[in-house]
Amino acid sequence: MAQVSITVNGKQRTGDVEPRLLLVHFLREQLDLTGTHVGCDTSQCGACTVLVDGRSAKSCTIFAVQADGSEVTTIEGLADGDNLHPLQDGFWEEHGLQCGYCTPGMILSAVTLLEDNPSPSEEQIREGLDGNFCRCTGYQHIVNAVQNAAAGRA
Amino acid sequence: MYAPDFAYYRADSVAEIGRLLRKHPGAKLLAGGHSLIPLLKLRLAAPPALIDIGRIGELKGISVADGRLRIGALTTHAQIAASSEVAAHAPALAAAAGVIGDPAVRNRGTIGGNVAHADPASDLPTVLLALGASFAVATDDGERAIPAGGFFQDMMTTALGEHDIVTAVDVPTAPEGQGQAYEKFSHPASRYAVIGAAAAVGLTGGKVGRVVVTLGGLVPAAIRAGSVEQALSGQAPSADAIADAAAAVSNDLGPDLIGDIYASAEYRRAMAPVCVKRALTAALKRASSVAEAPAARSPWWKPSWL
Ligand SMILES: Cc1cc2nc3c(=O)[nH]c(=O)nc-3n(C[C@H](O)[C@H](O)[C@H](O)COP(=O)(O)OP(=O)(O)OC[C@H]3O[C@@H](n4cnc5c(N)ncnc54)[C@H](O)[C@@H]3O)c2cc1C
Ligand code: FES
Ligand code: FES
Repeated sequence: MAQVSITVNGKQRTGDVEPRLLLVHFLREQLDLTGTHVGCDTSQCGACTVLVDGRSAKSCTIFAVQADGSEVTTIEGLADGDNLHPLQDGFWEEHGLQCGYCTPGMILSAVTLLEDNPSPSEEQIREGLDGNFCRCTGYQHIVNAVQNAAAGRA
Repeated sequence: MYAPDFAYYRADSVAEIGRLLRKHPGAKLLAGGHSLIPLLKLRLAAPPALIDIGRIGELKGISVADGRLRIGALTTHAQIAASSEVAAHAPALAAAAGVIGDPAVRNRGTIGGNVAHADPASDLPTVLLALGASFAVATDDGERAIPAGGFFQDMMTTALGEHDIVTAVDVPTAPEGQGQAYEKFSHPASRYAVIGAAAAVGLTGGKVGRVVVTLGGLVPAAIRAGSVEQALSGQAPSADAIADAAAAVSNDLGPDLIGDIYASAEYRRAMAPVCVKRALTAALKRASSVAEAPAARSPWWKPSWL
């Protein structure tokens, strides 16, 4: 077993883990943060996306031991108390979700996207969300949601 | 999916990686983990130990000196794609790094892991071969440099020995007037290269001077397209000359092309000239207008649902 200490949503969390434990399972099973989803488990769908040291990353393709000492942000840590994050508002306003399975990963990928490019074109939004699959919406409302958030921030 | 059990070690320096490798036979290095972890989860590999090298500062960063760009092995694809130095001195490398996988993959994957893994569907081997890169390698008894031409030997097989560590990738800075391009036909789900073509071309007196063309994705390890280079060298760069030269790529492709359920070997063989033509056209356009800024991400094929 290995000891890890990871700052998750601003709180330091420690745990004894098998080195082979994936970050997504550490979050879901040891910390009970089940907002981060597992879709494909093969690094392709983006449902498990979280921020590691501020950048989007697929938590099904990172061992918890690799994140030792890092800062991790999950969907649970995005809102500021009762105030939703602009992207959460955007998804609400623009109907950016149906079943919601892809949504946490979409939103965290979009956080990095907007950080790199605060006013992206539609094309750039689609490229920025290239690694996140949605089986429900047909993507247009997700693009609208990100545009809504970008406009709100501007 | 769970990886098979392994012992976990963390190295803080290149010297310590060497010590750990000698102490734990069969141990594998863990960099970004974006090739190795999927393999472990599928149980296609089961090393007894992993040595996490991800925190070693001396392996990170990009610098330019003495006519070469030096990129530390742990530099991520995202950092390479966003680097103004790489855009200025090796624009085809910046373009290739920017079309790897998706943004989250690019945030974790590293150039050292990419070349050491030598997946035939990778983008960087193809472009690094075209640009005449070489790899700085730390060995049991010192250091050596391995040119890209001798490095990629076969599918997932490189010139690296068991204890060899890639520490940096050295890329010659593009000579004045050279145009570079990387063209990729992406797999719609994984976005790995179905075909990747890189071109680096110079123009002298309106004629094609030195030209290098390489291909990956459809061959076990990236290759030079010598027939294309020969056909184009010394020609005026007309659309016809480019198309004729690109068609010669069939002579460079051996009998064993890669095929899968998504894209058969025959299909890839038929598409190779198209990819080469686009790479050459883009590179020549840049060679003739040196002032032009390097192109951003421009995949010419997109999954229909995006
Ligand atoms: C969904 C997905 C899509 C992808 N799409 C693409 C794509 O389109 N194009 C592309 O090129 N790649 C693609 N990749 C692969 C990605 O680029 C990987 O990041 C890269 O191939 C491996 O780099 P890594 O740092 O993750 O290495 P790791 O996975 O950590 O290591 C890979 C191998 O290299 C060895 N190694 C690592 N670093 C060193 C070193 N410094 N010296 C010696 N050996 C070392 C390891 O021991 C291991 O055997 C994709 C990956 C995923 C998950
Ligand atoms: S569950 Fe991690 S990418 Fe699909
Ligand atoms: S809302 Fe159902 S998968 Fe995206």
